[in-house]
Amino acid sequence: MGEEVKFHGMWASPFSRRVELALKLKAIPYQYIEEDLSNKTPSLLRYNPVHKKVPVLVHNDKPVAESMVIIEYMDETWENNPFLPRDSYERAMARFYAKFIDDKLLPTLAKLGQTAGKENEETIEEIHEQLKVLEDELKGKQFFGGQRIGYLDIVAMILVWLHLAGSITGQKILSTEKFPLIYEWIERVMKMEVVNECLIPEEKRQDWIQLAQRAPKSASN
Amino acid sequence: MAGELVLLDFWPSPFGMRSRIALAEKGIPYEYREEDLRNKSDLLLQMNPAHKKIPVLIHNGKPVCESVIQVQYIDEVWHDKAPLIPSDPYQRAVARFWVDFIDKKIYELGSKIWKTKGEEQANAKKEFIECLKLLEGELGDKTYFGGESLGYVDVALVPFYSWFYAYEKCGDFSIEAECPKMIAWVKRCMQKESVAKSLPDQEKVYEFILQLKKVFGI
Repeated sequence: MGEEVKFHGMWASPFSRRVELALKLKAIPYQYIEEDLSNKTPSLLRYNPVHKKVPVLVHNDKPVAESMVIIEYMDETWENNPFLPRDSYERAMARFYAKFIDDKLLPTLAKLGQTAGKENEETIEEIHEQLKVLEDELKGKQFFGGQRIGYLDIVAMILVWLHLAGSITGQKILSTEKFPLIYEWIERVMKMEVVNECLIPEEKRQDWIQLAQRAPKSASN
Repeated sequence: MAGELVLLDFWPSPFGMRSRIALAEKGIPYEYREEDLRNKSDLLLQMNPAHKKIPVLIHNGKPVCESVIQVQYIDEVWHDKAPLIPSDPYQRAVARFWVDFIDKKIYELGSKIWKTKGEEQANAKKEFIECLKLLEGELGDKTYFGGESLGYVDVALVPFYSWFYAYEKCGDFSIEAECPKMIAWVKRCMQKESVAKSLPDQEKVYEFILQLKKVFGI
Protein backbone atom coordinates (compact mmCIF):
# COMPACT_ATOMS: atom_id res chain seq x y z
CA MET A 1 0.00 0.00 0.00
CA GLY A 2 2.85 2.40 -0.76
CA GLU A 3 1.38 5.72 -1.65
CA GLU A 4 0.99 9.36 -0.89
CA VAL A 5 -0.88 10.39 2.21
CA LYS A 6 -1.42 14.03 3.11
CA PHE A 7 -3.28 15.26 6.14
CA HIS A 8 -4.69 18.77 6.60
CA GLY A 9 -5.12 19.49 10.29
CA MET A 10 -5.02 22.09 13.00
CA TRP A 11 -3.08 21.85 16.26
CA ALA A 12 -5.98 22.74 18.59
CA SER A 13 -8.69 20.65 16.96
CA PRO A 14 -9.60 17.42 18.78
CA PHE A 15 -11.01 16.06 15.51
CA SER A 16 -7.75 16.70 13.75
CA ARG A 17 -5.75 15.14 16.62
CA ARG A 18 -7.90 12.01 16.38
CA VAL A 19 -6.85 11.45 12.81
CA GLU A 20 -3.24 12.14 13.75
CA LEU A 21 -3.44 9.45 16.45
CA ALA A 22 -5.02 7.01 14.03
CA LEU A 23 -2.25 7.63 11.47
CA LYS A 24 0.41 7.05 14.12
CA LEU A 25 -1.25 3.91 15.49
CA LYS A 26 -1.13 2.38 12.02
CA ALA A 27 2.37 3.78 11.41
CA ILE A 28 1.27 5.35 8.13
CA PRO A 29 3.79 7.84 6.76
CA TYR A 30 2.16 11.13 5.87
CA GLN A 31 2.78 14.75 5.02
CA TYR A 32 1.16 17.12 7.49
CA ILE A 33 -0.26 20.49 6.48
CA GLU A 34 -1.07 22.81 9.40
CA GLU A 35 -4.06 24.95 8.46
CA ASP A 36 -4.56 28.51 9.60
CA LEU A 37 -8.34 28.50 9.96
CA SER A 38 -8.55 32.23 9.33
CA ASN A 39 -6.65 31.76 6.06
CA LYS A 40 -7.35 28.29 4.69
CA THR A 41 -5.17 26.87 1.93
CA PRO A 42 -6.67 26.59 -1.56
CA SER A 43 -5.99 22.83 -1.29
CA LEU A 44 -8.23 22.48 1.75
CA LEU A 45 -11.03 24.38 0.05
CA ARG A 46 -10.63 22.19 -3.01
CA TYR A 47 -10.54 18.94 -1.03
CA ASN A 48 -13.45 19.78 1.27
CA PRO A 49 -15.67 22.21 -0.63
CA VAL A 50 -18.81 21.20 1.26
CA HIS A 51 -17.66 21.99 4.82
CA LYS A 52 -14.27 23.70 4.25
CA LYS A 53 -13.06 22.18 7.52
CA VAL A 54 -10.21 20.15 8.93
CA PRO A 55 -9.35 17.33 9.24
CA VAL A 56 -9.05 16.12 5.66
CA LEU A 57 -7.04 13.06 4.67
CA VAL A 58 -5.83 12.95 1.09
CA HIS A 59 -4.83 9.49 -0.13
CA ASN A 60 -3.31 9.42 -3.62
CA ASP A 61 -5.03 12.73 -4.29
CA LYS A 62 -8.44 11.42 -3.19
CA PRO A 63 -9.85 13.43 -0.26
CA VAL A 64 -11.74 12.04 2.71
CA ALA A 65 -13.39 14.45 5.14
CA GLU A 66 -15.05 14.11 8.60
CA SER A 67 -12.91 12.53 11.31
CA MET A 68 -15.00 9.37 11.83
CA VAL A 69 -15.33 8.76 8.10
CA ILE A 70 -11.54 9.15 7.82
CA ILE A 71 -10.88 6.73 10.67
CA GLU A 72 -13.12 4.03 9.20
CA TYR A 73 -11.53 4.56 5.79
CA MET A 74 -8.09 4.14 7.31
CA ASP A 75 -9.15 0.98 9.12
CA GLU A 76 -10.44 -0.54 5.88
CA THR A 77 -7.46 0.51 3.78
CA TRP A 78 -4.57 -0.26 6.15
CA GLU A 79 -5.32 -3.55 7.84
CA ASN A 80 -2.56 -3.54 10.48
CA ASN A 81 -3.53 -2.68 14.05
CA PRO A 82 -7.28 -2.83 13.42
CA PHE A 83 -9.39 -0.22 15.21
CA LEU A 84 -12.86 -1.74 14.90
CA PRO A 85 -13.72 -5.20 16.27
CA ARG A 86 -14.54 -8.00 13.82
CA ASP A 87 -17.90 -8.91 15.32
CA SER A 88 -20.81 -6.96 13.77
CA TYR A 89 -22.56 -6.34 17.07
CA GLU A 90 -19.40 -5.13 18.79
CA ARG A 91 -18.75 -2.83 15.84
CA ALA A 92 -22.24 -1.40 16.21
CA MET A 93 -21.54 -0.79 19.91
CA ALA A 94 -18.20 0.93 19.22
CA ARG A 95 -19.85 3.16 16.61
CA PHE A 96 -22.75 3.90 18.99
CA TYR A 97 -20.54 5.13 21.84
CA ALA A 98 -18.34 7.11 19.42
CA LYS A 99 -21.46 8.82 18.08
CA PHE A 100 -22.62 9.38 21.67
CA ILE A 101 -19.39 11.24 22.40
CA ASP A 102 -19.66 13.37 19.25
CA ASP A 103 -23.41 14.03 19.29
CA LYS A 104 -23.98 14.38 23.04
CA LEU A 105 -20.86 14.87 25.13
CA LEU A 106 -19.02 17.31 22.88
CA PRO A 107 -21.96 19.71 22.41
CA THR A 108 -22.59 19.67 26.17
CA LEU A 109 -18.92 20.40 26.87
CA ALA A 110 -19.15 23.27 24.40
CA LYS A 111 -21.98 24.75 26.46
CA LEU A 112 -19.74 24.91 29.54
CA GLY A 113 -17.83 27.96 28.44
CA GLN A 114 -21.07 29.74 27.61
CA THR A 115 -23.11 29.25 30.77
CA ALA A 116 -22.84 30.51 34.31
CA GLY A 117 -24.50 30.08 37.68
CA LYS A 118 -27.40 27.64 37.89
CA GLU A 119 -27.34 26.93 34.16
CA ASN A 120 -23.69 26.01 34.49
CA GLU A 121 -24.51 23.62 37.34
CA GLU A 122 -27.14 21.94 35.18
CA THR A 123 -24.67 21.61 32.32
CA ILE A 124 -22.15 19.98 34.64
CA GLU A 125 -24.80 17.55 35.84
CA GLU A 126 -25.63 16.68 32.26
CA ILE A 127 -21.94 16.06 31.55
CA HIS A 128 -21.71 13.81 34.60
CA GLU A 129 -24.64 11.72 33.35
CA GLN A 130 -22.96 11.37 29.99
CA LEU A 131 -19.61 10.51 31.55
CA LYS A 132 -21.34 7.80 33.58
CA VAL A 133 -22.36 6.12 30.31
CA LEU A 134 -18.69 5.98 29.32
CA GLU A 135 -17.57 4.93 32.81
CA ASP A 136 -19.96 1.95 32.60
CA GLU A 137 -18.61 1.04 29.19
CA LEU A 138 -15.12 0.60 30.67
CA LYS A 139 -16.20 -2.00 33.23
CA GLY A 140 -13.96 -5.07 33.05
CA LYS A 141 -11.84 -3.57 30.28
CA GLN A 142 -8.37 -2.09 30.02
CA PHE A 143 -9.34 0.06 27.08
CA PHE A 144 -12.68 0.88 25.42
CA GLY A 145 -11.45 -1.46 22.68
CA GLY A 146 -10.88 -4.29 25.17
CA GLN A 147 -7.33 -5.52 25.55
CA ARG A 148 -5.89 -2.83 23.35
CA ILE A 149 -6.58 0.64 22.08
CA GLY A 150 -9.26 0.81 19.41
CA TYR A 151 -11.83 2.93 17.57
CA LEU A 152 -13.66 4.16 20.66
CA ASP A 153 -10.43 4.91 22.54
CA ILE A 154 -9.38 7.22 19.68
CA VAL A 155 -12.65 9.15 19.91
CA ALA A 156 -12.59 9.09 23.72
CA MET A 157 -9.29 11.01 23.78
CA ILE A 158 -11.54 14.00 24.40
CA LEU A 159 -11.59 12.73 28.01
CA VAL A 160 -7.82 13.24 28.21
CA TRP A 161 -8.31 16.77 26.86
CA LEU A 162 -11.01 17.36 29.48
CA HIS A 163 -8.64 16.17 32.20
CA LEU A 164 -5.83 18.42 30.93
CA ALA A 165 -8.19 21.41 30.72
CA GLY A 166 -9.29 20.73 34.29
CA SER A 167 -5.71 20.82 35.55
CA ILE A 168 -5.20 24.21 33.92
CA THR A 169 -8.50 25.96 34.68
CA GLY A 170 -8.97 24.35 38.08
CA GLN A 171 -12.53 23.40 37.15
CA LYS A 172 -12.54 19.64 37.72
CA ILE A 173 -15.41 18.14 35.80
CA LEU A 174 -13.79 14.71 35.86
CA SER A 175 -13.34 13.62 39.47
CA THR A 176 -11.47 10.45 40.38
CA GLU A 177 -14.14 9.58 42.96
CA LYS A 178 -17.01 9.71 40.51
CA PHE A 179 -15.18 8.27 37.51
CA PRO A 180 -12.42 5.92 38.73
CA LEU A 181 -12.41 3.77 35.60
CA ILE A 182 -12.14 6.75 33.29
CA TYR A 183 -9.26 7.99 35.41
CA GLU A 184 -7.46 4.68 35.22
CA TRP A 185 -7.98 4.68 31.46
CA ILE A 186 -6.57 8.22 31.18
CA GLU A 187 -3.49 7.21 33.17
CA ARG A 188 -3.09 4.12 31.03
CA VAL A 189 -3.28 5.90 27.68
CA MET A 190 -1.14 8.81 28.78
CA LYS A 191 1.69 6.33 29.36
CA MET A 192 1.65 5.60 25.62
CA GLU A 193 4.15 7.61 23.60
CA VAL A 194 1.91 7.69 20.55
CA VAL A 195 -0.91 9.26 22.59
CA ASN A 196 1.37 11.89 24.05
CA GLU A 197 2.64 12.84 20.61
CA CYS A 198 -0.92 13.75 19.67
CA LEU A 199 -1.72 15.85 22.72
CA ILE A 200 -1.37 19.61 22.71
CA PRO A 201 2.20 20.36 23.76
CA GLU A 202 2.47 21.81 27.28
CA GLU A 203 3.71 25.20 26.15
CA LYS A 204 0.61 25.68 23.98
CA ARG A 205 -2.01 24.56 26.51
CA GLN A 206 -2.84 28.00 27.90
CA ASP A 207 -3.42 29.29 24.36
CA TRP A 208 -5.58 26.29 23.66
CA ILE A 209 -7.79 26.91 26.72
CA GLN A 210 -8.28 30.51 25.67
CA LEU A 211 -9.16 29.47 22.12
CA ALA A 212 -11.60 26.86 23.40
CA GLN A 213 -13.26 29.30 25.77
CA ARG A 214 -13.70 31.84 22.99
CA ALA A 215 -15.26 29.55 20.43
CA PRO A 216 -15.54 26.00 21.75
CA LYS A 217 -17.39 24.51 18.81
CA SER A 218 -15.45 26.04 15.99
CA ALA A 219 -12.00 24.58 16.58
CA SER A 220 -12.14 22.72 13.30
CA ASN A 221 -13.83 25.55 11.42
CA MET B 1 -28.35 -15.49 11.51
CA ALA B 2 -31.98 -14.38 11.26
CA GLY B 3 -33.06 -14.91 14.83
CA GLU B 4 -35.53 -12.60 16.45
CA LEU B 5 -35.77 -9.06 15.13
CA VAL B 6 -37.85 -6.25 16.61
CA LEU B 7 -37.92 -2.64 15.48
CA LEU B 8 -39.15 -0.06 17.99
CA ASP B 9 -40.27 2.82 15.84
CA PHE B 10 -42.65 5.74 15.36
CA TRP B 11 -44.48 5.95 12.06
CA PRO B 12 -43.45 9.49 10.90
CA SER B 13 -39.80 9.13 11.92
CA PRO B 14 -37.51 9.43 8.87
CA PHE B 15 -34.84 7.68 10.95
CA GLY B 16 -37.08 4.68 11.58
CA MET B 17 -37.92 4.60 7.88
CA ARG B 18 -34.24 4.06 7.07
CA SER B 19 -34.16 0.78 8.96
CA ARG B 20 -37.54 -0.25 7.54
CA ILE B 21 -36.20 0.23 4.01
CA ALA B 22 -32.94 -1.62 4.71
CA LEU B 23 -34.79 -4.61 6.18
CA ALA B 24 -37.32 -4.63 3.32
CA GLU B 25 -34.61 -4.39 0.65
CA LYS B 26 -33.03 -7.50 2.10
CA GLY B 27 -36.34 -9.27 2.62
CA ILE B 28 -35.71 -9.75 6.34
CA PRO B 29 -38.80 -10.45 8.42
CA TYR B 30 -39.14 -8.51 11.67
CA GLU B 31 -41.69 -7.38 14.21
CA TYR B 32 -42.59 -3.69 13.98
CA ARG B 33 -43.63 -2.08 17.27
CA GLU B 34 -45.14 1.37 17.32
CA GLU B 35 -44.01 3.56 20.23
CA ASP B 36 -46.06 6.36 21.75
CA LEU B 37 -43.35 8.95 22.32
CA ARG B 38 -45.38 10.67 25.06
CA ASN B 39 -45.53 7.36 26.88
CA LYS B 40 -42.43 5.38 26.06
CA SER B 41 -42.45 1.66 26.71
CA ASP B 42 -40.29 0.09 29.41
CA LEU B 43 -38.64 -1.89 26.66
CA LEU B 44 -37.56 1.27 24.82
CA LEU B 45 -36.19 2.87 27.98
CA GLN B 46 -34.35 -0.34 28.81
CA MET B 47 -32.94 -0.84 25.33
CA ASN B 48 -31.85 2.76 24.75
CA PRO B 49 -31.16 4.27 28.18
CA ALA B 50 -28.59 6.74 26.84
CA HIS B 51 -30.96 8.51 24.43
CA LYS B 52 -34.44 7.03 25.10
CA LYS B 53 -35.16 7.45 21.39
CA ILE B 54 -36.47 5.45 18.47
CA PRO B 55 -35.64 3.67 16.29
CA VAL B 56 -34.16 0.77 18.22
CA LEU B 57 -33.40 -2.47 16.43
CA ILE B 58 -33.39 -5.44 18.80
CA HIS B 59 -31.62 -8.51 17.40
CA ASN B 60 -31.82 -11.63 19.56
CA GLY B 61 -32.49 -9.42 22.56
CA LYS B 62 -29.54 -7.08 21.92
CA PRO B 63 -30.25 -3.45 21.01
CA VAL B 64 -28.69 -1.49 18.16
CA CYS B 65 -29.47 2.23 18.40
CA GLU B 66 -29.08 5.11 15.93
CA SER B 67 -30.45 4.64 12.42
CA VAL B 68 -27.13 4.94 10.55
CA ILE B 69 -25.57 2.36 12.85
CA GLN B 70 -28.59 0.09 12.35
CA VAL B 71 -28.37 0.30 8.56
CA GLN B 72 -24.65 -0.53 8.66
CA TYR B 73 -25.31 -3.39 11.07
CA ILE B 74 -28.12 -4.80 8.89
CA ASP B 75 -25.87 -4.53 5.83
CA GLU B 76 -22.99 -6.32 7.58
CA VAL B 77 -25.05 -9.14 9.10
CA TRP B 78 -27.14 -9.79 5.98
CA HIS B 79 -24.34 -9.00 3.58
CA ASP B 80 -25.32 -11.51 0.91
CA LYS B 81 -28.63 -9.86 0.05
CA ALA B 82 -29.00 -6.49 -1.69
CA PRO B 83 -25.80 -4.85 -0.41
CA LEU B 84 -26.31 -1.17 0.45
CA ILE B 85 -22.84 -0.03 1.37
CA PRO B 86 -20.17 -0.07 -1.37
CA SER B 87 -17.38 -2.63 -1.08
CA ASP B 88 -14.60 -0.27 -2.16
CA PRO B 89 -13.17 1.63 0.86
CA TYR B 90 -13.04 4.98 -0.94
CA GLN B 91 -16.62 4.67 -2.24
CA ARG B 92 -17.68 3.75 1.28
CA ALA B 93 -15.99 6.85 2.64
CA VAL B 94 -17.80 9.00 0.07
CA ALA B 95 -21.14 7.39 0.96
CA ARG B 96 -20.51 7.84 4.70
CA PHE B 97 -19.57 11.47 4.14
CA TRP B 98 -22.88 12.21 2.42
CA VAL B 99 -24.91 10.33 5.02
CA ASP B 100 -23.16 12.41 7.69
CA PHE B 101 -24.00 15.54 5.65
CA ILE B 102 -27.66 14.52 5.46
CA ASP B 103 -27.71 13.90 9.21
CA LYS B 104 -26.13 17.25 10.01
CA LYS B 105 -28.35 19.32 7.75
CA ILE B 106 -31.63 17.95 6.40
CA TYR B 107 -33.57 17.14 9.57
CA GLU B 108 -32.57 20.31 11.40
CA LEU B 109 -33.24 22.61 8.45
CA GLY B 110 -36.52 20.88 7.70
CA SER B 111 -37.55 21.29 11.33
CA LYS B 112 -36.78 25.00 11.18
CA ILE B 113 -38.97 25.32 8.09
CA TRP B 114 -42.08 24.06 9.88
CA LYS B 115 -41.28 25.47 13.32
CA THR B 116 -40.30 29.05 12.49
CA LYS B 117 -41.52 32.10 10.60
CA GLY B 118 -40.19 35.21 8.96
CA GLU B 119 -36.47 35.63 8.48
CA GLU B 120 -35.49 32.47 10.35
CA GLN B 121 -37.76 30.41 8.13
CA ALA B 122 -36.57 32.16 4.98
CA ASN B 123 -32.94 31.39 5.86
CA ALA B 124 -33.78 27.76 6.64
CA LYS B 125 -35.56 27.36 3.29
CA LYS B 126 -32.63 28.87 1.43
CA GLU B 127 -30.10 26.61 3.15
CA PHE B 128 -32.34 23.57 2.75
CA ILE B 129 -32.52 24.08 -1.02
CA GLU B 130 -28.76 24.65 -1.17
CA CYS B 131 -28.21 21.32 0.59
CA LEU B 132 -30.57 19.51 -1.78
CA LYS B 133 -28.72 21.06 -4.71
CA LEU B 134 -25.41 19.80 -3.33
CA LEU B 135 -26.94 16.35 -3.08
CA GLU B 136 -28.22 16.65 -6.66
CA GLY B 137 -24.63 17.38 -7.67
CA GLU B 138 -23.47 14.22 -5.93
CA LEU B 139 -26.21 12.18 -7.62
CA GLY B 140 -25.22 13.47 -11.05
CA ASP B 141 -26.53 11.27 -13.82
CA LYS B 142 -26.77 8.15 -11.68
CA THR B 143 -30.06 6.31 -11.25
CA TYR B 144 -29.49 6.16 -7.51
CA PHE B 145 -26.77 7.52 -5.25
CA GLY B 146 -25.73 3.87 -5.00
CA GLY B 147 -25.39 3.61 -8.79
CA GLU B 148 -27.62 1.06 -10.46
CA SER B 149 -29.14 -0.09 -7.20
CA LEU B 150 -30.33 1.52 -3.99
CA GLY B 151 -27.46 2.35 -1.66
CA TYR B 152 -26.66 3.72 1.76
CA VAL B 153 -27.13 7.38 0.80
CA ASP B 154 -30.46 6.64 -0.94
CA VAL B 155 -31.74 4.85 2.17
CA ALA B 156 -30.58 7.69 4.42
CA LEU B 157 -32.14 10.46 2.33
CA VAL B 158 -35.36 9.20 0.75
CA PRO B 159 -37.34 9.03 4.04
CA PHE B 160 -37.29 12.83 4.21
CA TYR B 161 -39.43 12.85 1.07
CA SER B 162 -42.40 11.90 3.25
CA TRP B 163 -41.94 15.28 4.99
CA PHE B 164 -41.54 17.36 1.81
CA TYR B 165 -45.23 18.15 1.46
CA ALA B 166 -45.32 19.38 5.08
CA TYR B 167 -42.20 21.53 4.53
CA GLU B 168 -43.71 22.95 1.32
CA LYS B 169 -47.03 23.84 2.92
CA CYS B 170 -45.45 25.36 6.00
CA GLY B 171 -42.78 27.18 4.04
CA ASP B 172 -44.91 28.10 1.05
CA PHE B 173 -42.48 26.90 -1.59
CA SER B 174 -42.06 24.09 -4.09
CA ILE B 175 -39.16 21.71 -3.69
CA GLU B 176 -39.72 20.25 -7.15
CA ALA B 177 -39.49 23.68 -8.76
CA GLU B 178 -36.11 24.27 -7.12
CA CYS B 179 -34.72 20.72 -7.28
CA PRO B 180 -36.35 18.77 -10.12
CA LYS B 181 -33.53 16.21 -10.26
CA MET B 182 -34.04 15.40 -6.60
CA ILE B 183 -37.76 14.76 -7.14
CA ALA B 184 -37.02 12.66 -10.22
CA TRP B 185 -34.69 10.55 -8.06
CA VAL B 186 -37.36 10.29 -5.34
CA LYS B 187 -39.88 9.02 -7.89
CA ARG B 188 -37.46 6.32 -9.02
CA CYS B 189 -36.96 5.25 -5.40
CA MET B 190 -40.69 5.23 -4.74
CA GLN B 191 -41.12 2.67 -7.51
CA LYS B 192 -39.32 0.22 -5.28
CA GLU B 193 -41.61 -1.67 -2.96
CA SER B 194 -39.14 -1.50 -0.09
CA VAL B 195 -39.29 2.30 -0.19
CA ALA B 196 -42.98 2.78 -1.05
CA LYS B 197 -44.07 0.51 1.80
CA SER B 198 -41.74 2.09 4.34
CA LEU B 199 -42.76 5.71 3.84
CA PRO B 200 -46.02 7.07 5.25
CA ASP B 201 -48.40 9.17 3.20
CA GLN B 202 -47.20 12.79 2.91
CA GLU B 203 -50.62 14.20 3.77
CA LYS B 204 -50.67 12.17 6.97
CA VAL B 205 -47.28 13.57 7.92
CA TYR B 206 -48.57 17.10 7.22
CA GLU B 207 -51.58 16.49 9.50
CA PHE B 208 -49.22 15.23 12.16
CA ILE B 209 -47.08 18.38 11.86
CA LEU B 210 -50.18 20.57 12.12
CA GLN B 211 -51.10 18.76 15.34
CA LEU B 212 -47.60 19.27 16.72
CA LYS B 213 -47.77 22.96 15.86
CA LYS B 214 -51.02 23.24 17.81
CA VAL B 215 -49.60 21.40 20.80
CA PHE B 216 -46.45 23.55 20.87
CA GLY B 217 -48.28 26.74 20.03
CA ILE B 218 -46.21 27.36 16.91
